[in-house]
Amino acid sequence: MSQSLSSCVIKLHKEHHALEDYQGGVPRWCNGCGDNAILAAMQRLCADEDLAPENTVFVSGIGCSSRLPHYMKTYGFHSLHGRAFPVAEGIKMARPDLNVFVSTGDGDCCSIGAAHWIHALRYNMNITVVLHDNHVYGLTKKQASPTSPRGFKSNTTPYGATLEPMNPLTVSLGVQGASFIAQGVDWIPEVLYDILRAAYLHRGFSFVRIIQRCPEFMPKVFDPWLHDPQRTMLLTHKDGLTLSPGIASAYRNQREHDPINIDRAREIASLDDPIPVGILYRNPDAPCYEDLRHAGQLRSPEYIRAGLDREFDKYTVWPEGHADA
Amino acid sequence: MTQTATLAAPEVILPAPRPATPIPEAIVEVISDSGEGAQRCGQSLGAIAARMGNGIWTTEIIPAEIQPPARSVAGASGIRIRMGSGRVTNGGDQTGLVVAFNEQVLIGRVQAGELKPGAKILLECMWKTHRDPAVVISYMKTVEALLKDGFEVYEVPLEDRCRELVADPRKGKNMFVLGILCNVYGLDDQLAREQIARIFGKKDAKVVASNIALYEAGAAWAETNLDFKYCIPAQKSTVPQIVVNGNTAIALGVMASGMDICAMYPITPATSASHYLSEVFEKIGGLVHQAEDEIAACAFAVGASYAGKCAVTITSGPGYSLKQEVIGLAVMAEIPLVVVNVQRGGPSTGQPTKVEQGDALAAIFGSHGDAPKVVMAPNSIEDCFYSVITARKIAETFGMVVVVLSDASLSTAQQPFPRPVFNETWLAPPVDLTPVPPGSKAYDWDPVTGLSRRLQPGRVGGMHTVTGLAHDRNSKVAYDPAINEEGLRARSLKLAALQKTLKAPPVFGGDSGDLLLIGWGSTMGAIEESVTRLRADGLAVSSMHLRFLQPMPSGIREILARFKYAMTIEGNWSDKPGDELIDEDNRRYSALAMLLRSRFLVDIDCWSEARGQPIKPGDICRVAREALTRKGHTS
Repeated sequence: MSQSLSSCVIKLHKEHHALEDYQGGVPRWCNGCGDNAILAAMQRLCADEDLAPENTVFVSGIGCSSRLPHYMKTYGFHSLHGRAFPVAEGIKMARPDLNVFVSTGDGDCCSIGAAHWIHALRYNMNITVVLHDNHVYGLTKKQASPTSPRGFKSNTTPYGATLEPMNPLTVSLGVQGASFIAQGVDWIPEVLYDILRAAYLHRGFSFVRIIQRCPEFMPKVFDPWLHDPQRTMLLTHKDGLTLSPGIASAYRNQREHDPINIDRAREIASLDDPIPVGILYRNPDAPCYEDLRHAGQLRSPEYIRAGLDREFDKYTVWPEGHADA
Repeated sequence: MTQTATLAAPEVILPAPRPATPIPEAIVEVISDSGEGAQRCGQSLGAIAARMGNGIWTTEIIPAEIQPPARSVAGASGIRIRMGSGRVTNGGDQTGLVVAFNEQVLIGRVQAGELKPGAKILLECMWKTHRDPAVVISYMKTVEALLKDGFEVYEVPLEDRCRELVADPRKGKNMFVLGILCNVYGLDDQLAREQIARIFGKKDAKVVASNIALYEAGAAWAETNLDFKYCIPAQKSTVPQIVVNGNTAIALGVMASGMDICAMYPITPATSASHYLSEVFEKIGGLVHQAEDEIAACAFAVGASYAGKCAVTITSGPGYSLKQEVIGLAVMAEIPLVVVNVQRGGPSTGQPTKVEQGDALAAIFGSHGDAPKVVMAPNSIEDCFYSVITARKIAETFGMVVVVLSDASLSTAQQPFPRPVFNETWLAPPVDLTPVPPGSKAYDWDPVTGLSRRLQPGRVGGMHTVTGLAHDRNSKVAYDPAINEEGLRARSLKLAALQKTLKAPPVFGGDSGDLLLIGWGSTMGAIEESVTRLRADGLAVSSMHLRFLQPMPSGIREILARFKYAMTIEGNWSDKPGDELIDEDNRRYSALAMLLRSRFLVDIDCWSEARGQPIKPGDICRVAREALTRKGHTS
């Protein structure tokens, strides 16, 4: 890899960040909560990519998942239930120079914020999104979520959830403009990290659904998958994931999938057993909304004055004797 | 000799020009079915009069549907133009001349009492020979009734004459009417031609020429067929003036404030501000984002404000309700935000195209919990422009949400005002990206003012997570009772800090007297006009108009003390004291009256109406006289 001398000098002077530079407070999630795995992967990603903490913003909505920004030592915006996407879009539009991440949950993204989710996919802004999907409302103490399995007994569905669960992957892949859709599971942290890294490196709206365990309200629901590696299907491709020898020997159910193939991606997305893990779809050529809208332009007062005067001219009645009268 | 005579050019016999009666002002309405161009005709008339130096105020009459049924009372679409020798600040009382494209749309205006007794009506007469006998009967009966009621009806063959010039007379008759009206009011012919060229300038020269032909035909028809003509003496302004409506003024204000981003969702009557902004904002590096819904628009603006310069979201009543939760987040996290609410009739979907001042309390007290924010109300078209600039400054200086309450009346009304002279200090400063010492507090609340410095992304050493949860000075989530109150106190104190900088509102009329009328927002012109009329009759009536509803400036208490009585005049609902069940224990007062009563412990009365029409100065005069009579003053 060749680099110009000046960029090397700049790199030399740049502060290198260690893992602890991204570690905020001690997480207050339950023991065994999948959120911890996601947080660890995120912090590692920031350190490996050496993201300047001051130029990085983690945005979230409301729910257990959305506490994540508090545990990062970057800038953070813990917003409202369902509204993380529009907040993050506003941030990116105003400051395209910032690294913007979104943490959201299955209630936050797929229920109260569903409209924003669909449109966020369509805008395709350069934001990295993690959907912490534990199939249940945790912070409000065990209610069915849109991704809860049918028959799931909760405080709002004491006789079992009535409806079939929503599949966030098929929904996402149905949106025109979507450019990066992937899925990870919290019990394979190495692959989770690889997927998050690929998501970060993709320029566009990278949507990563992570199936995670809620030990408090949904214990053991994923045990069958944990106990049988064959029920997790890893998607591999030279443009997708390449597996380490350790992972490759532990998870032998593998399938080659080219992430540019959206039809195949939709097919894979529909599977729930085995759970597909990997990059389902990636289109590096999808345009980003902030680029289409020329975000982040610098404007001088003179420029604004000239533009404003042009507009005033359209509506001006000049006094008698004025050149334009 | 006879031979010489035959060589001479044939003598053209022109009718003697009708003498023009000088009048100080006129109120004209053009009423049509939707899509017949009445508004364009009226706006052009207003613009020509303004260019001549007349004061003008135009008020649009807009049906709620895009294509309401033709020839229906509810479908009336039109415009009122008030032209005067001096400055005109409101739409006035009743109209003296109406041009109606059919009798049905006219009926609504007559029933609403919008016509002066004996008003002149120029009525399209093609309906008289319509193939549907029901239409003919309706037309004949209406004309008969109008004549019986004392109106002067002039039947005008609008479409018949236009058909001689253009293929689709329905589209052309508005310029024919412009010709009639320019002739009737003696407006400058050259200015009229320029105005038409300006309107159709984007299209080809043929379109301009055919519209000028229509205009000429209208003027010629009026010259030959009408027996009245007026002139409203005009005085050209010595300073350049701009003629725009309130929504355009708001959009220009957004540009002039240095804000970069406007996030919106389409809603009536606010959207035209965003239409105009969408057209021009990008030319100066700004951006209008049409979000997927009102909530997203507000959240997008909050995100943009958080990371960059203060942003704005523009909406109307129902959209404002939807934004309330996000507004609360901005209050809690102390993120500057400008929210423009172009009020319409409510509650719920209400009257989308009609004026109402119904959102003051929602703006002040809205969003759950204690959510202090600044609420301003522009009182003229000019003020729509400057209010946005002021709002942006306050929002950024105090880290607050500033709500600008315009309304449907200001949104489409046009009035000339001095062309603003750009001032660099209007603009937002660039985002501060200087490093701060590690450990700097995200909310270093000043114990006196509640103010704190903002730490925006990009500032080394300032990293923290903002949250809508209760938080301490480090923005750490905290449920400690004392910390919760510390935050509430700081956010509330900022209002007091701003309040200390506000000037007492001026009193219009005399400094003291019998009755003080108090208003806010778009009613200022009508209230002050009525004060002028009442004082001319020797009544000791004055008025005070509040630009800031929250916080209210100091000095109001002293002003109230100088008047025997005070009452608010508002375009919203209040219980009427005459209703059987209404008494002092249950009467619901108008918004401003309620605010003033609770703050100043003064028995302030109110009069309000929510008819969806701008309040008329004549009605305010009547109400003031009645109030003085009630209190034992002769009027």
